[in-house]
Amino acid sequence: MENVKNIEIKCRSIARGNASGEVLITKEPISFLGGIDPKTGKVTEKGHELEGKNIAGKVLVFPHGKGSTVGSYVMLQLAKNGTAPAAIINMSTEPIIAVGAIISKIPMVDQPEKDIFLLLKNGMQITVDANKGEIIV
Amino acid sequence: MVILSDKEQKMFDGEMGEATRQSMEILIALAKIYNAKRMIPVTSAQVSGVSYKTIGDAGLEYLEDLVQKGAKVEIPTFLNPAGMDIMQWKKMNVPEDFAKKQIKILDAYSKIGIMQSCTCTPYFIGIRPKKGEHIAWAESSAVAFANSVLGARTNREGGPSALAAAICGVTPEYGLHLDESRVSNFVVDVKCDLKTTADFGALGYAIGKLAKDNPPAFTGIKIATEEQLKVLGASMAASGSVALFFVKGITPEYNIASDAEKITFTESDLKTTKSKLDTGEKPQLVTLGCPHASINEIKQVAELVGKRKPTCEFWVCTARKTKETADKLGYTKTIETAGGKVVADTCMVVCPLKDMGYDITGTNSGKAAKYLQDLCKQRVVFGKLEEILYR
Repeated sequence: MENVKNIEIKCRSIARGNASGEVLITKEPISFLGGIDPKTGKVTEKGHELEGKNIAGKVLVFPHGKGSTVGSYVMLQLAKNGTAPAAIINMSTEPIIAVGAIISKIPMVDQPEKDIFLLLKNGMQITVDANKGEIIV
Repeated sequence: MVILSDKEQKMFDGEMGEATRQSMEILIALAKIYNAKRMIPVTSAQVSGVSYKTIGDAGLEYLEDLVQKGAKVEIPTFLNPAGMDIMQWKKMNVPEDFAKKQIKILDAYSKIGIMQSCTCTPYFIGIRPKKGEHIAWAESSAVAFANSVLGARTNREGGPSALAAAICGVTPEYGLHLDESRVSNFVVDVKCDLKTTADFGALGYAIGKLAKDNPPAFTGIKIATEEQLKVLGASMAASGSVALFFVKGITPEYNIASDAEKITFTESDLKTTKSKLDTGEKPQLVTLGCPHASINEIKQVAELVGKRKPTCEFWVCTARKTKETADKLGYTKTIETAGGKVVADTCMVVCPLKDMGYDITGTNSGKAAKYLQDLCKQRVVFGKLEEILYR
């Protein structure tokens, strides 16, 4: 773990703000409508790699969103319930997650310069600075 | 990189309030996602995500949050259909709880300054952007009509992106705003006579599936009314995600790539598509006006049912403004006498049809045929008016 400390990974800023938290990472796309319980922040999608895990307060790392555009509004519900992720990192985002992060004030970046699926592991403590457009590991 | 004007930068910096700041942040994010270099002014917006059935409590909370942040639209902005007829929901068995939530949603839009037009065919109530005019519309069938029949320019916006454009008065310049995207590489030679609206609906349903999001171009269609083009576009926008199409000799634009793929659509393709969409049952309810009927279409229905009473319940869905005209001209009365309803503000797809007690529903629209099945759990009856109303 020592060798990955204090690395700064440049990204594209999508939704302003910065936040720190524990990494929760998946290579599978996420649908917030039907895939996450807005009351608890638990992943409820059957068969999803993160099924049963809780996204509340985590730095949620996934490739991009999928499913209904109503997912953007569900992200706002999570934020109001205090069950939203602290920050989001996407590989290459799309409008559902981008809009959802912005209206919910979840700091968000995408297109990281380095392979985050190699660098980031579940449980690591990292910071997402979406104002500068970087991830600090 | 997105280059912003001074005014856009001020919006992004929060000088014009939090709702405007958030909206500009959304537009900038979209510009990044789609590689737009700048924002362009739009003259109108049309916002989807109106029915409580579609957006639920999450959507209602989003709208109330925007109201609280002081959101106001900058340009004329119109609403898509809601989940119920605002005047006659009680007689139509809409659950009370649903109605309460629906009214809250409409109130929120109203506070943002959006007209309660509640229609998917704003072009039938006088909102007709000109050729080359940039707009930000969300309803997929209205997008297809505006781009193709009127020659205006819009992408298929989502609810929040259309609303952001309405609040800031601009949209990122990408996709169908640019000449280079308004070219077809998929030409359909229509080798059969299209006689009824249902024929156009079936053609659209079949071609939308093949075209996906490529703009198709049609040859061989000699004549088509605006109402038929409406159904053609709506059906392609539903079975595929078509946002622009051309019809040789009819639409204001007709741009074909030199290496375009060519296919033919024959009488037997038309027959097969129609029979696939139709379960062959007798409908409990026939719903017309997908997208919302023009006054001409209401007149045709009134003339038909005035002569012979249909053998099932039926609705004609339309904009409130069009219904008012139909009331004045006596068409509504004729339709009601024949056992039908002229339903405003809503449609068969976004109202809670199942909860209102219906299982088998008829239509002459390829769009309704798809969504009645997928979103409303209905068994679908498909065909021309003269047939499905008397099955």
